[in-house]
Amino acid sequence: MAYPYKHPSETLVLAKYFGDPEARTLAGWEARGGYRALRKALGSQRKEIIDEVKASGLRGRGGAGFPTGVKWSFMPMASGKQHYLLCNADESEPGTFKDRELMRWTPHALIEGCLIGAYAIQASHAYIYIRGEFFEPAQILARAIEEATAGGYLGKDLFGSGFDFEIILHRGSGAYICGEETSLMNSFEGLRATPRLKPPFPAQAGVYGLPTTINNVETLCAVPHILNNGAEWYRQWGTEKSPGTKIFCVSGHVQKPGNYEVPLGFNFREFIYDICGGPLPGRTIKAVIPGGSSVPILRGDELDIGMDYEAMAAAGTMLGCGSVIVMDDTTDIVKQVRRMVDFYAHESCGQCTPCREGTAWGAKILRRIEGGWGTEADLETLLEISDNMAGKTICVLSDACAAPITSSIEKFREDYLALIRRGESLARARTA
Amino acid sequence: MAEEATPTELITCTIDGMVLQVPKGTRIIDAAAQLGIDILHYCYHAALSAPAQCRMCLVEVEKAPKLMPACVTTVMDGNVIHTQSEKSLKSREGTLEFYLVNHPLDCPVCDQSGECKLQDYVAVEGRAMGRLAEPKRIIGRDDFGGDVLYEGDRCIMCTRCVRFMREVAQDERLGVVARGHRMAIDTFFEEGMEGNIWADNVVDICPVGALVSKDFLHKARSWDLDRTPSICPNCTQGCNVTLQVRDDEVMRLKPRPNEEVNSYWMCDYGRLNYSWINRGGRIEAPLVREGERLVPTSWSDALVRLSELAKGAAGGVSAVVSPFMSNEDLGAARRVIAALGGGEGVFRVERGEEIVLPGFPQLALREDRAANVHGAELLGFTRAGDDKGKGGLQNAAVHGGVVFVMGDELADAPADFGTGASLFIYVGHVLSPAARNAHFVLPATTFAEMEGSFTNVHHRVQRFWPALHVPAMARPAWQILGVLLAGVRGVDAPATPADAFSLLGELRAEYGELRFSDLGAQGRPLPRLGALAETMGD
Repeated sequence: MAYPYKHPSETLVLAKYFGDPEARTLAGWEARGGYRALRKALGSQRKEIIDEVKASGLRGRGGAGFPTGVKWSFMPMASGKQHYLLCNADESEPGTFKDRELMRWTPHALIEGCLIGAYAIQASHAYIYIRGEFFEPAQILARAIEEATAGGYLGKDLFGSGFDFEIILHRGSGAYICGEETSLMNSFEGLRATPRLKPPFPAQAGVYGLPTTINNVETLCAVPHILNNGAEWYRQWGTEKSPGTKIFCVSGHVQKPGNYEVPLGFNFREFIYDICGGPLPGRTIKAVIPGGSSVPILRGDELDIGMDYEAMAAAGTMLGCGSVIVMDDTTDIVKQVRRMVDFYAHESCGQCTPCREGTAWGAKILRRIEGGWGTEADLETLLEISDNMAGKTICVLSDACAAPITSSIEKFREDYLALIRRGESLARARTA
Repeated sequence: MAEEATPTELITCTIDGMVLQVPKGTRIIDAAAQLGIDILHYCYHAALSAPAQCRMCLVEVEKAPKLMPACVTTVMDGNVIHTQSEKSLKSREGTLEFYLVNHPLDCPVCDQSGECKLQDYVAVEGRAMGRLAEPKRIIGRDDFGGDVLYEGDRCIMCTRCVRFMREVAQDERLGVVARGHRMAIDTFFEEGMEGNIWADNVVDICPVGALVSKDFLHKARSWDLDRTPSICPNCTQGCNVTLQVRDDEVMRLKPRPNEEVNSYWMCDYGRLNYSWINRGGRIEAPLVREGERLVPTSWSDALVRLSELAKGAAGGVSAVVSPFMSNEDLGAARRVIAALGGGEGVFRVERGEEIVLPGFPQLALREDRAANVHGAELLGFTRAGDDKGKGGLQNAAVHGGVVFVMGDELADAPADFGTGASLFIYVGHVLSPAARNAHFVLPATTFAEMEGSFTNVHHRVQRFWPALHVPAMARPAWQILGVLLAGVRGVDAPATPADAFSLLGELRAEYGELRFSDLGAQGRPLPRLGALAETMGD
């Protein structure tokens, strides 16, 4: 069952036990087939595991969609150094709440995924960097780690394999930028959370300057299933380049918002109108953000596309982390965009100038347009600011801020112009 | 035996149409500099780590998906780089516009104006007109302690200051607070920068007027300053500096880069201790004793009368010299002492604690707080007095033969200093009560008014140039004493500082190995010969 609503068109792999409190316990999880994949993994060669994950085509679920097996294969084989697995549980993209549910209901799936991933990349420590606001998931996860330790799944010489393993739960203290992987590492090390320059990439120099792989919660949760059932089994869903299933978080103006798991490539229109129950009575869908606030907006009539990385890219947007935000005809698009840009201005780490200044300036202009004091020239300025921000900085926060601005001006220019004209006519009335 | 040098692999790249070979691992910004191409930058500083966050140095590298930061990207073989392409220019124009979004544009009251990188870059590559119609954010002004004042609104957040304190001063007193456009530089503790003697370097490396010196605050406009290469006179380190002068008054000292001596840095003790150079009340003419009075006269009259008296000098010499005088002055003094019958020569120097700059340990505020202590020692003068630079005058004060004083003000000398001398010669700057006992008072120039050289703690000989006009009839001491010697011994007087320097070889063979004109603006170390090697501690 997905959570909180369920639908027969879903394909439940990761979200199968959402809402089932027994799955949280070690005994309950073992009864549901848990930790089988771990035993299998510890009996295989590291390369075999990486090859299996590569063959499955699993792509990172944090937003970028980088193939997980390929990422693991970047780790040096016999470096003689300490390796680390870092799990990014700082789910902070506006509109995203899939990792939260994964950790709330199936904490052992994450622990098992961490164990397998760490074994594959020769790490003896995994750090789970969990968002500070996730108080309940952190408690559940901490309890699960305790149970797994007592149950012999964590500790020294697991099942006589000579593999020592420890999971450390680290609670963040709340900044959007901590979700960016290199900035997460800085924050984890106790430094100011500013993204690092790449190269060096984390696989060369990550946490404490040592080889590190960083994976999203959902990615790691999918790994045990792939090992249990094989790459071919996983490839039965999805498209050639985007195989498998994914949890989508739906929020906004639909009848049944929530988490739904469907195969990648699922029709977006069917997803919103059937699975999510469609718009509220008497409303029509005006705009949809398909992958979290950082991706370009789609109009309500652009939904006949597949929910996979390639189809979304072809439609000029991104799958991101699968956070679907639906807005109906009652939505003031300019206000929504302004709120998003306000968010980015608040969350910019301030390191790179185009982002530090561009996000805040964009927000100020949008606020002025919203208040009826805008001009058409402001739209051109906004587009140029976005262009000067995008691709000019160390991380992609400024690109993320530019995306809603440019896509909304392109697709909802009329909404902007209406506000500008109303302001102009008010100004005329005042001076008349 | 030294390790065998690995041959550096050379790679070829093209920058703005010019083909260049550089060693592998060279950064684009350095490769471009070799071609004379200045890639604009704020956060990059050769002596600090490069965070690549100012985004000014983004250049187009063919086949790269994005513009690349030239300060951290290394050149790859076959790279074709464009610093002036449409893409690079547009990126810089856009970034410069962002820099001005919250900048107060208070150039008319900003001390940095005229030497501000933001002004420079915007003038060259910025937009003609701004498009900002919104209110700016205000950070305000913060006293960082010590000599440092923070004007937050002007700050461009390049974090050079934070990195200097972390990496070079290794005393993390500055940090970045808050995020986004609310971000600011701030101190952690109540004392701020107070007590760290390297604090003012952050003012130097600040590319804009965000960190300003309280000492220099609103004192002069940058374009009114004349800049003369010189040597900091305030300790034996001999930091290379620029004397910045307006209306014949030193306004401030700024470090001048020299990797062998002070890198880009200098200490606040040396930097802020310059008011004595501007001191008024200088002796303006040669004075000759006639009975109870000192009577002004011409140089020729004074020196002719002095050389006549000097020929008959008896009883030996007791000399007091100042370690603020140049090598040439001290050499000339040594020769005068010999010509007048020989004798002891002492100098007095204030001493204090040595404070090393951790990130560049060759540089320290040295114990001896005068530039030419080592020159004086090499030329045969010995220390006297206490650590405050006082006392030690007992021999000279009561000497019955020739008393020769050069540069030392005799501020703490007894009132009857030199009254028992058969001949008392005072070559100096100001007429202190003890100096009034002299038979001849000869006005000399300070290091800031003449050309010459100092010998620093590592026995590096470094030149300085005149920055101020000479007060009236004052002359360099080496010139005065050269003419005096010519009168006494009938030898040629040195005509130039180079002549005076070349005479030093007769006193110390090491100086004979160097030529004044070869010293350049960066100085040269003295070769290590015999006794010198011993004094250098190896």
